[in-house]
Amino acid sequence: MKPAVLTGEHYMTGDEAIAEGALAAGCLFFGAYPITPATEIAERMSQRLFGVGGTFIQMEDEIAAMAAVVGASCAGVKSMTATSGPGFSLMMENLGLAIVMETPCVVANVQRAGPSTGLPTQGAQADMMQARWGSHGHYEIIALAPESAQEAFYETIRAFNLAEKYRTPVLIMTDELVGHMSERVVIPKKSAITLEDRPRPKGRKDRYLPFEPGPNGVPPMAAAGEGCAVHMTGLTHDAKGYPVMTVECQEQMVTRLVNKILDNRHDIFSFKEYRLEDADVAVVSYGISARTARAAVDEARQEGIKAGMLKLDTVWPFCEEKIFELAQRVKAFVTVEINLGQIHLEVMRAARGKAPCVLVGHAGGALISPEQVKAALRSI
Amino acid sequence: MNFWRVPLDAQDVSVARGIVHIIEDRCKGCGYCIAYCPKEVLAFSDRFNKKGYHPPYARRPEECVNCHYCEILCPEFAIFTELDPSCPQAKELESDKQPGQSN
Amino acid sequence: MTTKSNAQAIGEKQAQHPLDDLLRTDRIPHIWCPGCGIGTAFAATLTAIKDSGLDLGHTAMVSGIGCSGRGAGYAKLDSYHTTHGRAIPFATGLKLANPKLNVVVFSGDGDLFAIGGNHFIHAARRNMDLTVICVNNLNYGMTGGQVAATTPHLAKTTTTPVGNPESPFNLPLLAYASGATFIARWTIMHGRDMVESLTEALLHRGFSFVEILSPCPINYGRRNKEKPLETLKLYEEKSIIKNNANPLEITLDAEKGIVLGNFYKESRPSCIESYDRTCRPDFLEQSS
Repeated sequence: MKPAVLTGEHYMTGDEAIAEGALAAGCLFFGAYPITPATEIAERMSQRLFGVGGTFIQMEDEIAAMAAVVGASCAGVKSMTATSGPGFSLMMENLGLAIVMETPCVVANVQRAGPSTGLPTQGAQADMMQARWGSHGHYEIIALAPESAQEAFYETIRAFNLAEKYRTPVLIMTDELVGHMSERVVIPKKSAITLEDRPRPKGRKDRYLPFEPGPNGVPPMAAAGEGCAVHMTGLTHDAKGYPVMTVECQEQMVTRLVNKILDNRHDIFSFKEYRLEDADVAVVSYGISARTARAAVDEARQEGIKAGMLKLDTVWPFCEEKIFELAQRVKAFVTVEINLGQIHLEVMRAARGKAPCVLVGHAGGALISPEQVKAALRSI
Repeated sequence: MNFWRVPLDAQDVSVARGIVHIIEDRCKGCGYCIAYCPKEVLAFSDRFNKKGYHPPYARRPEECVNCHYCEILCPEFAIFTELDPSCPQAKELESDKQPGQSN
Repeated sequence: MTTKSNAQAIGEKQAQHPLDDLLRTDRIPHIWCPGCGIGTAFAATLTAIKDSGLDLGHTAMVSGIGCSGRGAGYAKLDSYHTTHGRAIPFATGLKLANPKLNVVVFSGDGDLFAIGGNHFIHAARRNMDLTVICVNNLNYGMTGGQVAATTPHLAKTTTTPVGNPESPFNLPLLAYASGATFIARWTIMHGRDMVESLTEALLHRGFSFVEILSPCPINYGRRNKEKPLETLKLYEEKSIIKNNANPLEITLDAEKGIVLGNFYKESRPSCIESYDRTCRPDFLEQSS
């Protein structure tokens, strides 16, 4: 029987690394529905979960998979699902439920080219705005974007930790290229992995209020079967979890849910600065495109162009302060992403006109070549 | 009760007596309890409750046989019956109880 | 003698309904309309939960959206009011993540059989360890009385103003075909039978399904010239109780009769039992 943490060096795909990261993070429930290019995550989980005491179930569609994940989390178990564009669209309904019920869970979206069925076996990064605004209503979401199998492993653990700490769904917005690429993955000892658990209620069970925020804006969470007679609803609710149909309650609930993420953004943010100290041009990228961008930065430097890169590990919430800070010292931004301008728009917004912003992107289905990025860098 | 044919032991069977309790402010006046009480104990009262409905009242409380049907049928958790502690069945229940047993 | 003097015997203010301990009394009166039968079906569910002797601390109620979907909000249990049609998959996750929980799904016909129809048939196929209670009022009440997957042919609703051109599902037959292992149908008139049936459903291992017919006087009744007491009268006059009836003969029809009863019971491994046997024999061995 294999342990939950497969310590050692491995050769595996990004999808498999996400599955291993989930197991190392203590995930014990996976609600699945097959979809290219995320199926391998479900397959790996179906082989591994029962052996560590967890449960894997393939549901009848992605709507059910996401609903089951939220249900499992309400029973106190770390839970996740994985999908791609078409399934991501179906999951939006219960993603909203998880946000409003403040249920920790992780959703991996191994992005393929859309819209609709699109190019099922070819990568893209065009669901980034859907990740941000895909479910109805106003909310904040956490989304991470790993660029390699190794990062996929660690970012999945971080996704679970953030989900638990802030009682919120967390998205892993990777792509087909990372998901299907086999690479070396080093998994540390179990003792070297730090895990977070959701805040738990203390004190008398009959006085417990499921939505009364703790000091960081996050309410402690009691699971079903703990004797707290919890009530949770997708309706606008008060601290008791009871529906309250007033403008005041709506304002209070939604602002708290938004601020829970925004006020803790510095803990949620993670980005890597690459050769940015003296850079004239800041390349902004994430996921597989960050690898293209890094190569382009190195090659451009050889040509004498002072380029640097800001690689976003956390895409949402967006690190607008960092972009604004860079905007005051760089001549331009170049955003590299496999879509026709999504995070590019955020960079433009955050730069507040202090520096021009250029997009290097295409409609999806393939990598962006470093040549395309270099061409943009040369033209500035 | 009206029998089509009187049972032979009708004399020996003692009928329980119940007390009807009405939580007036929960009532929405559907009248189900009134229509389906087998002993026609209940009737609409003239009073209004907090929500503006006419709750029922026990017009013939002495007829209640504690069948609980009003309680089962009521959609509002607004009516229930309990055994009259002074009737023989209640005393029987009392004497059946083991010492120390609470219920 | 009036009720008042009766009530004074125990003090009017202390009058405690026998189900108050299972109700979130701070939310009563509930939102259901006068004459709506959901409250009766809900009371029967709570009575059955009590009668079954289930550990209340390990009993959860899950509802979807709609009038009956408000049920979970009134039960003093771990209770989840989820999204439209998704009560069953949510409950599936809840149960699989903690098999010690008794999970009851209480929802309506629109929620469970139109938008949630796919989830229903698959949970029944898996013999998922859930008790699904469907209050069938023949239409969408919450949104003002639209046609549902259960609305009788030619019945009038706000979206079938000249009569329903389609035919309804027969819910217990659908449950039977999908693989449910306990199937019953009652009306809110059949209080004691309903409670006994629900109790059996709660104690059943695997997927149990109970349909409860209920009047919707405000939305369905009004448009089909049926006053609430008339609906009850219809139940009274047209009901035929046939336990273990052939699923093909369980009609729900004003002419052919409303067949009620505990129709079907089968013992086969539940979803969780089957998963344990198939997927984790090694793990069970190891941990025992």
